[in-house]
Amino acid sequence: MAQSDNFGFGEEAALLKESARKFLDDNFPTDRLHALVAGDHTPERMSDCAWEQGLWQQMVDLGWTMLAVPEDAGGVGMPLVAVAGLVEELGRAAFPCPLMATLNSTYVLAACGDTGLPALEEIAAGSAATLAITNRDGSWNVADTDVHCRDGKLSGSAWYVQDARKVSCLLVSAHSPAGLSLYWVAADAPGVTILPDAIVDLTRDQAHISFEQVEATPVSDNALAALHQAMPAIWTTLAADMVGAAEWQLQTTVEYVSTRQQFDHPLGFFQAVKHPLVDVMIQIDQSKSLVYSAACAIEEEPARALQDAHMAKASASDTAAYASGRSVQCHGGIGFTWECFAHLYFKRQKHSQMLWGDAAWHRSRLAQLLIGEVA
Amino acid sequence: MSDQARKDTPQQAEFRDYCRDWLQQNRPAEPPVRLPLSPLEIMTNEQLDYLQTWQKSAYDAGLIGCDYPQAVGGGDRKDCQRIANEEMIRARTPFLPNVIGLGMAAPTVFYHGQQALKERLLPRLFSGEDIWCQGFSEPGAGSDLANVQTFAERSGDKWVINGHKVWTSLAHFAEWMILLLRTDKSHKYDGLSYFVVPIRAALGKGVTVRPLIKMTGETGFNEVIFDNLEVDDSYRLDELGKGWQVAMTTLLHERGAGELQTPRAGGMKSKSTHATNSANLIELARECVRDGKPAAADPLLRDRIMQQVIREAGLAQNQRRARVPALLDHPMRVQLQNKLLASEIAQDTAALALEVEGASASLYMGDEHAPAGGQWPLAYMNSYGMTIAAGTSEVQRNILGERVLGLPKSK
Repeated sequence: MAQSDNFGFGEEAALLKESARKFLDDNFPTDRLHALVAGDHTPERMSDCAWEQGLWQQMVDLGWTMLAVPEDAGGVGMPLVAVAGLVEELGRAAFPCPLMATLNSTYVLAACGDTGLPALEEIAAGSAATLAITNRDGSWNVADTDVHCRDGKLSGSAWYVQDARKVSCLLVSAHSPAGLSLYWVAADAPGVTILPDAIVDLTRDQAHISFEQVEATPVSDNALAALHQAMPAIWTTLAADMVGAAEWQLQTTVEYVSTRQQFDHPLGFFQAVKHPLVDVMIQIDQSKSLVYSAACAIEEEPARALQDAHMAKASASDTAAYASGRSVQCHGGIGFTWECFAHLYFKRQKHSQMLWGDAAWHRSRLAQLLIGEVA
Repeated sequence: MSDQARKDTPQQAEFRDYCRDWLQQNRPAEPPVRLPLSPLEIMTNEQLDYLQTWQKSAYDAGLIGCDYPQAVGGGDRKDCQRIANEEMIRARTPFLPNVIGLGMAAPTVFYHGQQALKERLLPRLFSGEDIWCQGFSEPGAGSDLANVQTFAERSGDKWVINGHKVWTSLAHFAEWMILLLRTDKSHKYDGLSYFVVPIRAALGKGVTVRPLIKMTGETGFNEVIFDNLEVDDSYRLDELGKGWQVAMTTLLHERGAGELQTPRAGGMKSKSTHATNSANLIELARECVRDGKPAAADPLLRDRIMQQVIREAGLAQNQRRARVPALLDHPMRVQLQNKLLASEIAQDTAALALEVEGASASLYMGDEHAPAGGQWPLAYMNSYGMTIAAGTSEVQRNILGERVLGLPKSK
């Protein structure tokens, strides 16, 4: 099956990406992010979940949360490459918001067939949602959850839930008599307790959630199939966010080493500084190409989706680690301070690296696909 | 219909059909000898004869030099070399042996030579009857190319050349050389001039070609010594002192960024062709045994093999993204990475293959027990040719840092 030469990234996708960049440049420069999230520097701080709800509402009004929702559920049904372009820009701005969480929920619901439609319609109407599918161990295997469903009621706990305090709905996986199942739950339903985690990343919030006899709307009795189908899109959009953030790290570091003078030269004159920054660029470009190739495969050549998405997330995780390290190191002493913006992205990238599978985990899955079990 | 054919103009479509028919009816015979991996590794006259015969027949059929004017031996077509290349590659023909002539000398002579010179030299260059080589690097001028010291001194309407060129691929087969030299010692860049020189005719009479043996043990490139070689002023390209600008035309086309598309063919499978990419690395890992089990079962090796698979895929997808302007922040950013990435990925893949082979990585091509015929140690050593030639990886990183990222120029 042939894929589009241009990844299927057409005019509409280009326009969306461009307008997202402009919207975020105009409304959310990095000093505003710093002022918003970096108020309390103490290591023992609790995460305070600061975010610009007004700007978020504008994004919802622009239709960004319904882009991935299929048309028959009232959404726009934009292809994944276009969504990846938007997410890349959000990553570049490190904008704290529940877009990624909502997209993740959207892709899982869209894989549930007709029973996912009511929840998708809520998302199309502007509700934000997040996945509650991870267990206490933080397992990246989608079959692992610590939530059970008996007599239609959820009990147990879900961990590492992203942007839990910014959403109104939860998509929960739970063991039920029918097997692993999915449920749609209001975040403020009786019996739901959201317990914020104290996390390193200042641009996100994360929580563990306890469920005590929570009434829930069943969405699918075949959660495994839906989750397996949706994970490539989830990994790919996250990788797009990381590529965007890495580009911010690269450009701001290039700017700094072009102005800061030592030994009578700007730092970037020295090859010990120049060459690692070129390597950051090279890694970003590899990851970016793999993100759009995976996004295209998911739409146009599903047989390649899984392997291409593993490649994209593995590559983006390594790129994020390298770009983060170089951005702080090349800023020198100032890069080590709370005042410098570099740490905001450094922390966001570390969080993203570990989210939904780190590089080594994705490579081990890829090896299963390409080499297989070897006795 | 292929993707490329869909975008053809009517003239291109007609030419494509013609190429396809001709190639079907004129498939070159199986080579009587083992062919090398690339033209730069041609070692014997038998190999060269076979490949020259093929290039001549392709030229006579109009598949080479398509976009050059008829007066210089070209086909007078517009944007058709690309079509012929696609069809030759699709037909898995042998490669064209006169690779430096076609890719570097032809466009340079065409843009900077006098009309009479073009009409005399280019037809035999296109046909492959005259093999060309390139005299750029010297013992004291590698990455710092403008430091060449080979000197031409005026003597009436002749020039007398003295100097020493190195890493000269194909010089032992070449009739002609493109030669960057110095005509003025007081200016580094503006003191350079550019000549074409008939080196074969001058062997023993001012020109000495000596093979340089590569670290692999293979021959293929040479050093060339000029000792009072007299050449006519009509062999000069462009004005005196413009050698650096002319050399930029050569390098631009070498990097595939020039106006004129280089004729390219290839893809014929021969016994000696053993791709050293990650797919073959996986096969190697299945065959090699480590601790009593296939190396492909070792989780650490699996992880590192996947790293190479991902880098190779990233390079391939870069080529695809390079054609999508909306996904490029800088127009040259991805293209300028190609040489650096391809050479470093190949090097790391070969290095990893040697680890996969374990003890058997000690066995070389002459050993019947060597895995894959000893190709991996050969590929590993040859990979350093790729990370050094045509701008070392270090020079490539300077170019990327300065031209793409806009970092301050290093000395």
